[in-house]
Amino acid sequence: MRVNFTVNGRPQQADDVWEGESLLYVLRERLGLPGSKNACEQGECGSCTVRLDGVPVCSCLVAAGQAEGREVVTVEGLAEYARLRARDSGDADGACGTSLDEAKGWRADGADAQTGEGAGLSPVQQAFIDAGAVQCGFCTPGLLVAADEMLERNPDPSDADIREALSGNLCRCTGYEKIMDAVRLAAARQSEGV
Amino acid sequence: MDFLRPASWEEALAAKAEHPTAVPIAGGTDVMVEINFDHRRPDYLMDLTRIGELSAWEVGQDTVRLGASVPYATIMERLRPELPGLALASHTVASPQIRNRGGVGGNLGTASPAGDAHPALLAAGAEVEVESVRGSRRIPIDDFYTGVKRNALAPDELIRAVHIDKADGPQQYSKVGTRNAMVIAVCAFGLALHPGTRTVRTGIGSAAPTPIRARAAEDFLNAALEEGGFWDNGKIITPSVAKRFADLCAAACNPIDDVRGTASYRRHAVGVMARRTLTWTWESYRGAHRTTEGVA
Amino acid sequence: MPTNGVPTKITQGSGTKGGIGESTLRPDGTLKVTGEFAYSSDMWHEDMLWGQILRSTVAHAEIVSVDTAEALATPGVYAVMTYDDLPTEVKHYGLEIQDTPVLAHGKVRHHGEPVAIVAADHPETARRAAAKIKVEYRELPVITDEASATAPDAVLVHEHRDDHHVGHVPHPNIVHRQPIVRGDVAAARERADVVVEGEYTFGMQDQAFLGPESGLAVPEEDGGVHLYIATQWLHSDLRQIAPVLGLPEDKVRMTLAGVGGAFGGREDLSMQIHACLLALRTGKPVKIVYNRFESFFGHVHRHPAKLYYEHGATADGTLTHVKARIVLDGGAYASASPAVVGNASSLGVGPYAVDDVDIEAIALYTNNPPCGAMRGFGAVQACFAYEAQMDKLAARLGMDPVELRRRNAMEQGTLLPTGQPVDSPAPVAELLRRVKAMPLPPERQWESSEGADVRQLPGGLSNTTHGEGVVRGIGYAVGIKNVGFSEGFDDYSTARVRMEVVGGEPVATVHTAMAEVGQGGVTVHAQIARTELGVAQVTIHPADTRVGSAGSTSASRQTYVTGGAIRHACELVREKVLDLGRRKLGSYHPAWAHAELLLEGGKVVTDGGEVLADLVDVLGDEAVEVEEEWRHRPTEPFDLRTGQGNGHVQYSFAAHRAVVEVDTELGLVKVIELACAQDVGKALNPLSVVGQIQGGTTQGLGVAVMEEILVDPRTAKVRNPSFTDYLIPTILDTPTIPVDVLELADDHAPYGLRGVGEAPTLSSTPAVLAAIRAATGLELNRTPVRPEHLTGMS
Repeated sequence: MRVNFTVNGRPQQADDVWEGESLLYVLRERLGLPGSKNACEQGECGSCTVRLDGVPVCSCLVAAGQAEGREVVTVEGLAEYARLRARDSGDADGACGTSLDEAKGWRADGADAQTGEGAGLSPVQQAFIDAGAVQCGFCTPGLLVAADEMLERNPDPSDADIREALSGNLCRCTGYEKIMDAVRLAAARQSEGV
Repeated sequence: MDFLRPASWEEALAAKAEHPTAVPIAGGTDVMVEINFDHRRPDYLMDLTRIGELSAWEVGQDTVRLGASVPYATIMERLRPELPGLALASHTVASPQIRNRGGVGGNLGTASPAGDAHPALLAAGAEVEVESVRGSRRIPIDDFYTGVKRNALAPDELIRAVHIDKADGPQQYSKVGTRNAMVIAVCAFGLALHPGTRTVRTGIGSAAPTPIRARAAEDFLNAALEEGGFWDNGKIITPSVAKRFADLCAAACNPIDDVRGTASYRRHAVGVMARRTLTWTWESYRGAHRTTEGVA
Repeated sequence: MPTNGVPTKITQGSGTKGGIGESTLRPDGTLKVTGEFAYSSDMWHEDMLWGQILRSTVAHAEIVSVDTAEALATPGVYAVMTYDDLPTEVKHYGLEIQDTPVLAHGKVRHHGEPVAIVAADHPETARRAAAKIKVEYRELPVITDEASATAPDAVLVHEHRDDHHVGHVPHPNIVHRQPIVRGDVAAARERADVVVEGEYTFGMQDQAFLGPESGLAVPEEDGGVHLYIATQWLHSDLRQIAPVLGLPEDKVRMTLAGVGGAFGGREDLSMQIHACLLALRTGKPVKIVYNRFESFFGHVHRHPAKLYYEHGATADGTLTHVKARIVLDGGAYASASPAVVGNASSLGVGPYAVDDVDIEAIALYTNNPPCGAMRGFGAVQACFAYEAQMDKLAARLGMDPVELRRRNAMEQGTLLPTGQPVDSPAPVAELLRRVKAMPLPPERQWESSEGADVRQLPGGLSNTTHGEGVVRGIGYAVGIKNVGFSEGFDDYSTARVRMEVVGGEPVATVHTAMAEVGQGGVTVHAQIARTELGVAQVTIHPADTRVGSAGSTSASRQTYVTGGAIRHACELVREKVLDLGRRKLGSYHPAWAHAELLLEGGKVVTDGGEVLADLVDVLGDEAVEVEEEWRHRPTEPFDLRTGQGNGHVQYSFAAHRAVVEVDTELGLVKVIELACAQDVGKALNPLSVVGQIQGGTTQGLGVAVMEEILVDPRTAKVRNPSFTDYLIPTILDTPTIPVDVLELADDHAPYGLRGVGEAPTLSSTPAVLAAIRAATGLELNRTPVRPEHLTGMS
């Protein structure tokens, strides 16, 4: 079957999709966006987390056909997504977060948007590097999407809030301490930036 | 495999009538795992996420009509006052990502004894609204679970909504798992006080072939509360009553040994959860009772 | 800056930014946070096919027949291969013993053993075709434990053993046996005032790396193949792959793809040979990616173990003797079992000074899943048991458990039970002192003005307690792990370092075959090159087999051994650069001939800091390149009867204090804090060091309270091959992990460093168990501990 949807602001079309394929498979194997990771394919690890119409979901549990006409943001588009959110929130009257309409109006430009090249890093991406939250990095894309969305909703999270929000993302390397550091750092930088 | 994308409820019913083996998919939590791991190859997958009404809810006078696909995250955030037990249960479902997408309809459709919503639905009192091209009917939750991963649905029927009694008293929910988040229940327990009818209702998950109520325990407690005038005097429930209630809840279980836990542990844990949730709900009821007395 | 005209003497690298000792950031960090980093499962090629493996549904059976006709006739299928299609006489592989069939031949020995492979144009086509292969099995009785393995009429898991261990093992179903005998235990027991015994069980742990086994094999025009692969040791893979393919090693090119964690689980081959076979058969690139279910069958696990211990002590707490028997279940194939036996036996008393020791360790062949390398192997299982024994002994003596450990703690100069002196700092007592001195987390942190925060209580979000039944417990443990490959193994690494001017700047390129699996080797390798060559720009060349072997990314050895090789190569490059400078510019300044010269900040300087030349001018158009092997001090095998011998090269020590809260009624555990003190010799990158310690600590926590592969003892089939039922800690299960890093140099090692990665995995588990024992008063002789064990409901 054919599936059309928008990924990181760009319309995408996939042909000859087998009906049992997941959104994750289509992103990775058909659209050249392997940033979302295939660690468990059973919704237990969060490494495939993307935003589907703004909502963080496990893309391994979304049938490709269910994505028809929807808006998907993957780790490859996270920096641009965060940049536009920051720009928009500057205009908005102190509101944090991006409304669905704003998200839909967003479109990454340039051929590099798919790979993230040429785009600066989002605050949470930079914080993960700075805090040493990346080791093997396989959990990182999913954690970044989840953490970025939490900070959008809750710019000043407690440690328990961070742990709860990231409890769907398994990491096997770090013991999570440096991930906690990274999210705290991103939150602090974000509040300084406002 | 064919992928069906009904745009409306009527289209979905027609498709299900034409293809009774079609597997409905909404949040995908169960269905996609079975497909990804090659456990299931249905002839038809039927996507229900285009049908907006399934993600809507209405708060009525006495009940909440909860669309089958209202995500658990929404239940937690928006329906806690009306459905406190189900909101607590929703919070124990898997992970934030799953709670963003999965809904009660999936739990009911799969009818796994380990589904997190079941004990809360049993305790609150609910009816499942199902429909086919032949017509609509409401199945009382007590009659819904018919066997291990089997429910009362006919092959051509789809789950449209759940009608859940609005809480008229405190409700609680506990679930034992061997991890502090993102875990399938070893066993679970739901308890609802219904001061309006002066009854309590229970729900037990993962400790019998289907989700069940502990009816003997409910009967015992209803009688004990009535006899002691507890609903009126708001006294602390005596430890012997709580213990007897817990023992009867444990006795209601018919669990198995499996990779997640032993049968004897499940029985034990249900007893502990029954006692604790009774204490929490009753403390809450007494608190509300005292406040009401004070105002009056 | 010198102020009085007398230049301060400087040393190589001390003025270089981004050198060793700094927490420089990962060079692959940006790629990893943007999703661009190419892991092995991300590989893609035009016209590639997908490989699928058909695995046995039973654990032990003769294969009566295999019928592939229907699979082969499936549209979209390009190849189906079984044992009969293997191209050469070499049909087995293995790390030390080549006992593992590439595809099953006549018999399967464990659940999930590969029987046939398929290549097709879509993964679903390949899956459907594999399902059409008809395999008829005639089931055999299963060997699942020591009793069934060594029974007089036991079926032999391997009928025709000809490996070098078969001569000294008491039974052909025993892979390897290593006794360690020192002193006279019988006489020592007479001196003991107290003797404690215990029987302990360690469950089967999975590495549970997140990146699944995967890779892409691309056939090449010369008849060879290029494999892009996630592994821990490219050259070890190559040595095993090439003979099966019938190709010389130079026609099997290997490039390291991104590795999503390893922890020992990628030391053995998984899909490597299968992908290459299918690529060569079809002439097309073939990609294989395991899903999580298959991953549980696709790699070896940590050996489950039974451990029987007897400890004796005098009334003042001085150990008199240790007697132990350690039975490791190696499963169906040998993998790293012999080395696991060596570690378990030689480190079986732990970091304590004991003169009279009698230890026997064995690994069994069974029909259980094959077990091999996982972080800390052998030492992890032993540490769980000997630390439980130390607590038991302390309780019997009425002593503080930390005090008992400090009284018996080994020091530099202590002899191991193998007779080998510990010839570098062994700050066991100091680590215990430090970890005990850390402030304790406050009690009842879950209390808040709005009631109990269930996220901070046992049970977490599942809302099982609001404080009822919750009891706190504190426990301590300390462990010892060998660093590097032991027992006489020629443990070396190779580094190629090149220096040249690129874009007007001096740039060093470091090329090794080291597998970066997430540990941060690439970060410290660049730091070493900066320190040794005084340049800012260092390029880490992708790891491949065009350079010599780096050895394995395991045994906590890469910073030591490949780091050592890079330093050595850099020293040679530095000499060559200075020679070049002397030839070109020596006549301009007498210091070229007389002074100690260094490379700093892209310049040649004297040790007084005087600049002689820019490296750009010294190098000009020339490139200086060196490729050299480097090895650590040699070790020797253990004597097969007595276990005596200088088998190890270095040790790593860590101590933990665990604070737990247990819901004693429901048997649920919340670890509140897991503090660690570890000696790392020299922290080349402090941020990475702490990350390794925290990660290792958490894997130890996992096997303390939740992680276990469950195997049905009647069928030897795996019962929980999924992330739904094999649980690893989430962020809500993992506590704060304060780390105190001690740096006591090991003079034998580069920069004095000590391997870091494994030691924290040892002591974490027994510390958590000790804390749970303290909270519950239960004996708890197995790990992981499950709720039913804490409530008497098992």
